Amino acid sequence: METTTTQARAPTFFDRVVAATPGESHLDMCIQCGTCGGSCPSGPDMDHTPRAIFEMIQAQMKDDVLRSNTPWYCVSCYYCMVRCPQEIHITDIMYTLKRMSIREGLYKNGTAADAPGFSQSFIGFVESRGRSFELGLMTRYHLTHHPLDMYKMAPLGLGMLRKGRMDLVPGSIKGIEQLQAILNRAKEIEEAEYAL
Amino acid sequence: MRYSYYPGCSLERNASSYHKSAMAISKPFDIEFAELDDWNCCGATEYITLNKMAAYALVARNLAIAKDMPGNGNQLVAPCSACFLNLSKAEQYLKEDPILAEKINIALAAGGMHYSAGGLRIRHLLDIFVNDIGYEAIAEKVVKPLQGLRIAPYYGCLIVRPAFQGTFDDTEQPNTLDKLMKTLGATVVDFPLKANCCGGHMTQISEPVAMDLLNRLLKNAAEYEADIIVTLCPMCQFNLDAFQESVNRYYKTNYKIPVLYFTQMIGLALGVSAQELGIGSELVDARPALAKIGVEVPEPEPVKKKRPSKEELPMPRMPVKE
Repeated sequence: METTTTQARAPTFFDRVVAATPGESHLDMCIQCGTCGGSCPSGPDMDHTPRAIFEMIQAQMKDDVLRSNTPWYCVSCYYCMVRCPQEIHITDIMYTLKRMSIREGLYKNGTAADAPGFSQSFIGFVESRGRSFELGLMTRYHLTHHPLDMYKMAPLGLGMLRKGRMDLVPGSIKGIEQLQAILNRAKEIEEAEYAL
Repeated sequence: MRYSYYPGCSLERNASSYHKSAMAISKPFDIEFAELDDWNCCGATEYITLNKMAAYALVARNLAIAKDMPGNGNQLVAPCSACFLNLSKAEQYLKEDPILAEKINIALAAGGMHYSAGGLRIRHLLDIFVNDIGYEAIAEKVVKPLQGLRIAPYYGCLIVRPAFQGTFDDTEQPNTLDKLMKTLGATVVDFPLKANCCGGHMTQISEPVAMDLLNRLLKNAAEYEADIIVTLCPMCQFNLDAFQESVNRYYKTNYKIPVLYFTQMIGLALGVSAQELGIGSELVDARPALAKIGVEVPEPEPVKKKRPSKEELPMPRMPVKE
């Protein structure tokens, strides 16, 4: 006599996207209506519209999804999210895809390969000082990623400095050690979660 | 009335005129903004891209600090749209996702902190002016109406969308800033793209995408012959103001539309001097537009070109502290 056993299957790409998105993402409820892509200001420049990306996630096309520029071209305007008839948390899913793309190193092949570098330059100052630092950000990001484009940013930077809108030296918060302890613990939790 | 106040990194320097003008106009309305003690960055749109737990923990530290200031009616005011979004989003998700909340509290404990969500109301500065103070009270204090000034009211995205804690305005066709500007006596032009995106950090990711988004907004404002674009977010102001020249070069256009904060417009109508409102720090000159309503902005101090001595090398100078 045959017995049926319920075997726990390994989490699919779809499961992992849902699990890594905070709150109820409603990703399983997409009806492929395309309202998201039609509402997206940068939709025409994306490799795949959000609608297509969601179907690709359903189809477990992990590498194609994480290699595409779609999440990186999301400008976080939330038009899609408020218009989605199924109330899918589209913008939050895009952030999840960005994180996964960095983890897997797949963003490097896309047309937005420098985008994580900008985030990292920005956050570097937040982690060491507690607050952002515009001049440092511009300099560090451009020197690392677009050294030859520095001349384009120079007039803007000089204008900002002259108008007193940029600091030459970054400030720091008093509780920076406390903040760093919190962030380090949070990163350990993130690592543990991703390893599952 | 007293509120907790989270200025955010931009208002410390890049958008210091926003902070300055907000403080200058809060006094006449008996509003006190109590700045959060030793607040940290909200992470903008960058931390959540890299690390979810760290991003929520970063914001949660600010929320925990705010909760320790209960004298302010548990209302936390943010003038920057991105800060407003991140604070309200974290408050909301920490409330509805107990697993996330538990993990974030493990992180906070490393710094001797704890936060239980649900009780803080995050509000944008515009909300305070139009709903708590109200149009009538503002109208009563107008001494120099902005007569004849054509204003394009620009909301951007994040104060109307996605409204994690409910919204004070329509997500597609917001109207509060329009009404506020009319209250000040200005002519509000039709501005169909008023809730469209300025591109956020796209100027650093993809030039064509960023230029297109900015060009759409500037073209729309120019077509309706706006003298000024009025905004309520440091990122929108920075993009439209500092990159206007880049758009002009990219599209061979000739836009010269100054971008000011709504707090500066209220201040002008209340008779506060341009200097006290930080006017003059924008890169696109606002003087021609403001001359229409008889506001004189003092000439910026001429930049010294002569070297102090021939032997001395040219050295970078610290910006003059305000």
